[in-house]
Amino acid sequence: MTNDNTTRPGPARPVHGPLLSVRDLTMTFPGGRGRSARPVRAVDNVGFDVARGETLGLVGESGCGKSTTGRMIVRLLEPTGGSVTYDGRDISHLSQRDLRPLRQEIQMVFQDPHSSLNPRRTVARIIAEPLLVQGRTAAEARRRAAELMELVGLIPEHIDRRPHEFSGGQAQRIGIARALATGPRLIVADEPVSALDVSVQAQIVNLMGRLQRELSLAYLFIAHDLAVVRRVCDRVAVMYLGRIVEIGPKERVYAAPAHPYTRSLLSAVPLPDPVRERARERITLLGDPPSPASPPPGCTFHPRCPKARQICRTETPELGPPAPGEVRQVACHFPETP
Amino acid sequence: MAVEPLLSVRDLTVTFATDGGPVRAVDSLSFDVERGRTLGIVGESGSGKSVTSMAVMGLHTGADVSGSITMEGRELVGLAERDLNRLRGRKMAMIFQDPLSSLHPYYTVGEQIAEHHRVHFGSRRAASRRRAVEMLAEVGIPEPRRRAGEYPHRFSGGMRQRVMVAMALACEPDLLIADEPTTALDVTVQAQILELIARIQQERDLAVVLITHDLGVVARVAHDVLVMYGGRAAERAPVDVVFAAPAHPYTRGLLDSLPRLDDADDAPLRAIPGSPPSLLAPAPGCAFAPRCRRAASAGAEARQRCERVEPGPVAVAGHMVACHLPLGPDAAPCTPSSEATP
Repeated sequence: MTNDNTTRPGPARPVHGPLLSVRDLTMTFPGGRGRSARPVRAVDNVGFDVARGETLGLVGESGCGKSTTGRMIVRLLEPTGGSVTYDGRDISHLSQRDLRPLRQEIQMVFQDPHSSLNPRRTVARIIAEPLLVQGRTAAEARRRAAELMELVGLIPEHIDRRPHEFSGGQAQRIGIARALATGPRLIVADEPVSALDVSVQAQIVNLMGRLQRELSLAYLFIAHDLAVVRRVCDRVAVMYLGRIVEIGPKERVYAAPAHPYTRSLLSAVPLPDPVRERARERITLLGDPPSPASPPPGCTFHPRCPKARQICRTETPELGPPAPGEVRQVACHFPETP
Repeated sequence: MAVEPLLSVRDLTVTFATDGGPVRAVDSLSFDVERGRTLGIVGESGSGKSVTSMAVMGLHTGADVSGSITMEGRELVGLAERDLNRLRGRKMAMIFQDPLSSLHPYYTVGEQIAEHHRVHFGSRRAASRRRAVEMLAEVGIPEPRRRAGEYPHRFSGGMRQRVMVAMALACEPDLLIADEPTTALDVTVQAQILELIARIQQERDLAVVLITHDLGVVARVAHDVLVMYGGRAAERAPVDVVFAAPAHPYTRGLLDSLPRLDDADDAPLRAIPGSPPSLLAPAPGCAFAPRCRRAASAGAEARQRCERVEPGPVAVAGHMVACHLPLGPDAAPCTPSSEATP
């Protein structure tokens, strides 16, 4: 990439402390119509940090609140409780106007590249839009857009094409280029590869890895595919029904999962290896994830948990500090001991 | 294994007329499925895997279907709609990716299963209703008698897919076609549905065609694998052979590019360059040639052949591959990636 010093934030900021710090983050949506409508707590007291240049994977099944968490961090949603601190500054209730400078620093990449790109606009316009908003001239913005296309592996000559002329993988590259336009330091990527063909997913995973190294980006990588998350992240947080049940360095969580949910989740993923599949011991969970509109009492996982006992039905386990000599945290009354 | 296959497909070609000219979505495809076995059909978007399953069910009304599809020796291509209707549901049944859109929202789950039974067996209302409750119990739905009287929206995604399985099996078909049956489900629920299908297959000696993009699902449940690319068969072999010694560079590339749960490696993945081909403008040669590293690194003459001549299927010891430059059985095993590619 060229030496474009305008894309990186100035060095004036303190570099100690995490880049992103989330504490007790909660999102309660008002219930729908009807008499039985109750408020839905989609995210419930979630807390984690993301260090500079680090990738935190946020995994879980549908309805676990992982996307809602991501949307609160980029402030597409205003949290109903808790705080989001970016670079030492609480941004959880900033006004749209005060958020504007921060939007340069925190960007988002979406799941479906085609539906997140305006079909009527050219790639030049799509990528340059954030720059125009920041007050750059049209010529500058266009030049920068061409550079960004090259950076993400697109052919800059295609700058005047429209999204439908690109394949799914290329469209996701456009979405990434747009996110990079303002020189962000944190990217929230919500299922960035799950809508892509298998043979194309690896290209985008590799691209995001390279960009992270070249631009010192931090990622919050939200995904349901545990194999992809293992490949891209440094640490991983597992969510179930709005809460984090386990968080820690990925080597630890993947090699020795402590929460029964993490264990069964990992064992449910089929491996592309028939010999190992036949030899594998699987923990098959009963039932479906419950609805966040009527969460079970106590530990919300207890109705499906093979280890549940009486206390699990009444008391909610907290995500306490890690045990002595341990690096990961787990919210379970009876965690697996290594 | 000299068993007579239940389903036999030969030179199946499905062509759709579009504004951009005819599109050959499936091209000269052949495969067999035996009782008690599962054929996994793997492919990406546009590979023709779903079109194939619809053709077997005789559901392509607007398309031109040629070749032969025989079920217990009976030809299905060109069969009258009335005769097909008698076979569909009774001899062969299908489940789809999204169970909610395949269930009628205005009828109870029990009524929908019972209707199947009434149509095919002419059974009485009470008998077919009993059958529906039995089926719901068989697919593991708790309180089947009560649940039979509920509407589809009252069921979760996993339970709906169980209902679809119950409906598909109510008339005891010999062949079950499952088109991405777990793609819309969470991974813990997917495991349940895959187990259910496997159990029922064993109990009933069903032939199963499982269509999926997920190589993990195929590794878990399939006995044989057909890999499709650009509407054609790339490779067909028993599941262990396909995963341990893939002969087609596309299969090999897919396996190499996959991040693996059991792999702690952080190195970049060995991605396949480019994107799956458009069927509107098919290349004259091998559909995979523009993305094939093996073709790219071959000599000029071999490369030209890949680009210009469509490779025909070649069978070696039960392993079919359509490639001018197939990988030998002694090619390096498919280990998780260690080398980086740009």
